[in-house]
Amino acid sequence: MIGSDWGAFIGLGGYGLYVWGAILVTIGALVAEIVLLVLRRRNILDHLGGSRRRLKREA
Amino acid sequence: MPGSAVAAHADRPHLGWTRYAAPRRFYLLAGKAIPWFFLAAALIGGAGLYLALRVAPAGAGEQDLSRIAMVHAPAVWASLFIYALLAAWAGIGLGCKSRLAAMMASALAPTGAMFTFIALWTGSLWLKPTAGAWWIWNPHPVCELALLLLYLGWIGLHVALDDPRRADRIGAVLALCGLVILPLLYFAMELWSAPQPAPVGALNALPSGNSLFGAVLMALAFWTYSWAAALMRVRCVILERGRVLDWVARAAARQS
Repeated sequence: MIGSDWGAFIGLGGYGLYVWGAILVTIGALVAEIVLLVLRRRNILDHLGGSRRRLKREA
Repeated sequence: MPGSAVAAHADRPHLGWTRYAAPRRFYLLAGKAIPWFFLAAALIGGAGLYLALRVAPAGAGEQDLSRIAMVHAPAVWASLFIYALLAAWAGIGLGCKSRLAAMMASALAPTGAMFTFIALWTGSLWLKPTAGAWWIWNPHPVCELALLLLYLGWIGLHVALDDPRRADRIGAVLALCGLVILPLLYFAMELWSAPQPAPVGALNALPSGNSLFGAVLMALAFWTYSWAAALMRVRCVILERGRVLDWVARAAARQS
């Protein structure tokens, strides 16, 4: 019963590929943007070098 | 007299919103606000997805396929709203010579471009099973594609021009001219929505009840997420431009 429920949830009446394709790519894009932003910030702070600790304390 | 006015201002710690027009103050405030925006986006987005996938009744006709609407429509709204916001910030930056407003505009651009991409992607996934093609030359997807090109043009301008202030000014003119896309998109949907497949008339043919509630929740989640991402990026931009200014100042000091 639980198995078929999950199958229906994933399959979504034959449109599972489209619906899940839309939702997973959306979530993936949002997460990727945040990862890129964190890397960009880390890169800047590395380049700032000495002032990094001060910036971290302020932030 | 002007001196005393400045002193009076310095004595008052709370100056209202102008207090945060200085990048340094704004930088600190943004750092405090970012986690709350992320928390709100995660909670609201989780509730929206639950509604979209479990609670909302499958729409008539394409049934479960209509669940895409609850991601697609909010992404379209976000792409349009972020563009209007970008143009507003850029206009303020141009009109009031506000550095921070211009930085907010460039912080919004990549997030807006991403939501435009999501709108095109989800629209395409919706079109394939309903219209039989991944892409159709209809006003709605074409305007959305034009919006993506506007975003990319804005970003490219800032990458290509070495002087960020110059890029801000030219970008502001581009963004304000590009505002014409918003009424165009609206009227395109008004005029052509009736005989088209579901995605084209998404705004008019929105589901009701739980489905609409789910779409509104997703829109709110995208909205809070956009604030978090834009504030993260504006902090990077403030640091980057500050670094350039320091470097320029030091180079100038060496030369004199």
